[in-house]
Amino acid sequence: MSDNNLTNKVMNIKSHRLSKKEIDDNFSDLHAPLSAIEALIEADRCYFCYDAPCTNACPSDIDVPGFIQSIRSDNLTGAAEKILSENIFGGMCARDCPTEELCQLACVRNDHEQKPVEIGLLQRYATDSVLNNGVQLFSRQENTGKSIAVVGAGPAGISCAHRLAVLGHKITVYDAKDKLGGLNEYGIAAYKTPNDFAQQELDYILDIGGITIETGMQLGKQINLEGLQEKYDAVFLGCGLGSVNKLNLDNEDISGVIDAVEYIANLRQTNNKDELMVGKNIVVIGGGMTAIDIAVQSKLLGAEQVTIAYRRSKKIMAASEYEQALAKKHDVQIQYNMSPKCLIADDSHVTAMEFDVMKSQKDGSLKASGENITLKADVVFKAIGQKLVTEGLTDNNSLEIEKGRIVVDEHRKTSLSKVWAGGDCVLDGDNLTVSAVQDGKLAAISINETLTQGA
Amino acid sequence: MADLTSNFLGIKSPNPFWLASAPPTDKAYNVNRAFEAGWGGVSWKTLGEDPHIVNVNGPRYTTMMSNDRRVIGFNNIELITDRPFQVNLKEMRQVKRDWPDRAVVASVMFPMNEASWAKHIPIIEDTGIDGFELNFGCPHGMSERGMGAAVGQVPEYIKQATEWCKKYATVPVIVKLTPNITDVIYPAEAVLEGGGDAVSLINTINSIMRVDYDSLTMFPTTGGMGTHGGYCGEAVKPIALNMVAEIARNEKTRNLPISGIGGVSTWKDAVDFIALGASNVQVCTAAMVYGFKIVEDMKTGLSNFLDEKGMNSVDELIGKAVPSVTDWKFLNLNHVDKAVIDQDKCIKCGRCHIVCEDTSHQAIEYSTDSGDRVFTVKDDECVGCNLCVSVCPVIDCISMVAMTSGTDPRTGKAISSQASDWTTHPNNPLKVS
Repeated sequence: MSDNNLTNKVMNIKSHRLSKKEIDDNFSDLHAPLSAIEALIEADRCYFCYDAPCTNACPSDIDVPGFIQSIRSDNLTGAAEKILSENIFGGMCARDCPTEELCQLACVRNDHEQKPVEIGLLQRYATDSVLNNGVQLFSRQENTGKSIAVVGAGPAGISCAHRLAVLGHKITVYDAKDKLGGLNEYGIAAYKTPNDFAQQELDYILDIGGITIETGMQLGKQINLEGLQEKYDAVFLGCGLGSVNKLNLDNEDISGVIDAVEYIANLRQTNNKDELMVGKNIVVIGGGMTAIDIAVQSKLLGAEQVTIAYRRSKKIMAASEYEQALAKKHDVQIQYNMSPKCLIADDSHVTAMEFDVMKSQKDGSLKASGENITLKADVVFKAIGQKLVTEGLTDNNSLEIEKGRIVVDEHRKTSLSKVWAGGDCVLDGDNLTVSAVQDGKLAAISINETLTQGA
Repeated sequence: MADLTSNFLGIKSPNPFWLASAPPTDKAYNVNRAFEAGWGGVSWKTLGEDPHIVNVNGPRYTTMMSNDRRVIGFNNIELITDRPFQVNLKEMRQVKRDWPDRAVVASVMFPMNEASWAKHIPIIEDTGIDGFELNFGCPHGMSERGMGAAVGQVPEYIKQATEWCKKYATVPVIVKLTPNITDVIYPAEAVLEGGGDAVSLINTINSIMRVDYDSLTMFPTTGGMGTHGGYCGEAVKPIALNMVAEIARNEKTRNLPISGIGGVSTWKDAVDFIALGASNVQVCTAAMVYGFKIVEDMKTGLSNFLDEKGMNSVDELIGKAVPSVTDWKFLNLNHVDKAVIDQDKCIKCGRCHIVCEDTSHQAIEYSTDSGDRVFTVKDDECVGCNLCVSVCPVIDCISMVAMTSGTDPRTGKAISSQASDWTTHPNNPLKVS
């Protein structure tokens, strides 16, 4: 941890780059919620499509025209029920889903007028109505006597736990951290989920009862998969990716070279963002959502120059067009085809980073062009992906792992008969909150079917 | 620029857009503002006997709105003028003097006794007004007292009162009809028999807007109790158009001039009324929703439309569509339309498919075989009902195309160029041979 904490020993790194008020303003809601009349007018734009493309595009199968129709008719509870019955994190997904690549990309209004229905904002409007008013839409079925362990209190784990609790099972959720929520609490950009929304949503979800929480419990330390299988009727792994990838450069551990994920976690947890140490010239290595998130948030904290250096071309970049545009809107520079070559340090603190400029070959591979670019940097953020921590999971080598991820079938069942998994830790996932929620839900349905078979 | 001037029964106005007898024409202040805004004429808010009536001091109006709060329908329980008879006469005289080129018609409502008509009609006419409009239409309040719609619902009363008015008036007499009847031809013919010069229609339709979802009382109420009102605005236009067309194509009444009323909000609505037989139109709700300025677009829109049609005046448009209105029994049963979807315009919402599948003839196929959503008309199922066109959100995406040759794949019958209707159809027990 200490390696990654910035100190003010280096001149260009300091806190209070902006006033508290400026920072509070910067980190307020990215999109203001819809007012009642805005919601009614926007809801009226929905065509109530048959076999709706937006629903088909939703990883969690939300009946989008159905919930929008309920908004149109002032049936907000009905709207929220439609959303939350498919996706218990409908509130968070309304805030952080890349809707521009999912439901809103599929909206037929794009063909009609190049402007989709604002499905995300409408979903937030509907879910806020029950979350803010504490309207509990779910109740537990009769106790089945079965108990299930869930590892990880992120969107996948809690989604699974909630669905199983509804079905009458007893759940114990284990999480390594102090606070629940996983990346909802520690990862998602602060301006997408202000006002402690992640905890508010969790309180609502856990209010159903039947879910016991055990924090400070880490796989490979306090708990392990073998023990859980013995103790419980089933286990769901939603443990995420506990470790970050490395650049594999010689002097990678010099000060000023930081894991973006960890910095964001600090940013999410602090009550005084103006106290955070912020660099002047920041280079972000990576091309995904984390890269965009750390770049934009660095700008919002007052960094002067922020550059995302991505190894490949704009087309291939994992961050959506919308996210790239969001970064550019915040004066973040994005440079493509930049492969990290070396870190330049002075007195063991980074001062610049050198890149090979890459050229795409006909076969799609990248080759160094011979040209080099050096970017001034007092902070370098690594946002080049995370990896699964296998301690406590694979001690007896029977859990199938491929490409550093847990292998699951379409029901999110692993190679072990009592173990299911979902979220970022499984193979072929897309790292979206909404997909993690769906994984948890599908696993819960499968676990329930397995446990109640022949009962 | 086409000529918008209007000559209705000899009453001249610079354009065919009059304000109907209603709150907008309640007093000189409003009418002066209307004329300044450019309205062609007014039917002054209905005069009655003194002592004048009183109105409730609570909600008189309610609307039905879209989600973005556009007014679709409008309900009112306001009665006729609640000002003294002489005050109205004085103001009408002054307004007519100040605006000699505009039409000022006096709407009136008197009980079913001749003495009342004999007493009031001459002194009203003395103000210089251009004509009378007999309010036999108000469906609320006044009808409980044997006036308004209570007269308009009994053809014999209409005839009688029209005769009385004609006896004491020298200016033209227009009779305003209620739609709260079963067949508008009976009242219209009664007007003719009574010697009336014209009809105006429709007045408002009996209505209750909704309930209050908290109190579960009707809505709105006057301190807890409510009463039905009269419905108007865009939502009633089709009802009004039918009644206008019925009078315009009825043998006895086809030459009876018509002033069209009922949901006129734009120049297009005026085109509807005039083409279906009205000589001019009267407007109330659109003004009550947007103010008097709304007339500006009505005038330029109508004028531009007439130019596009190569028509020099409004008169050339009057009744143009009437010959196309007939009885169902005369529709050509040999005519076959099929829906055609323009795949380039289709946005793949699937509404045409699901409404046809669920509620009509299962004639639009949905396929995702190619990976794309494709909606295709099945000609062997399509009856040409126009439901798909009616629900499609894209302009001109689905159209009905007539088959002119070959065989209807639905019926297996050859397309005939010969028209044939119900009157000679073999299934008709009363067919003419």
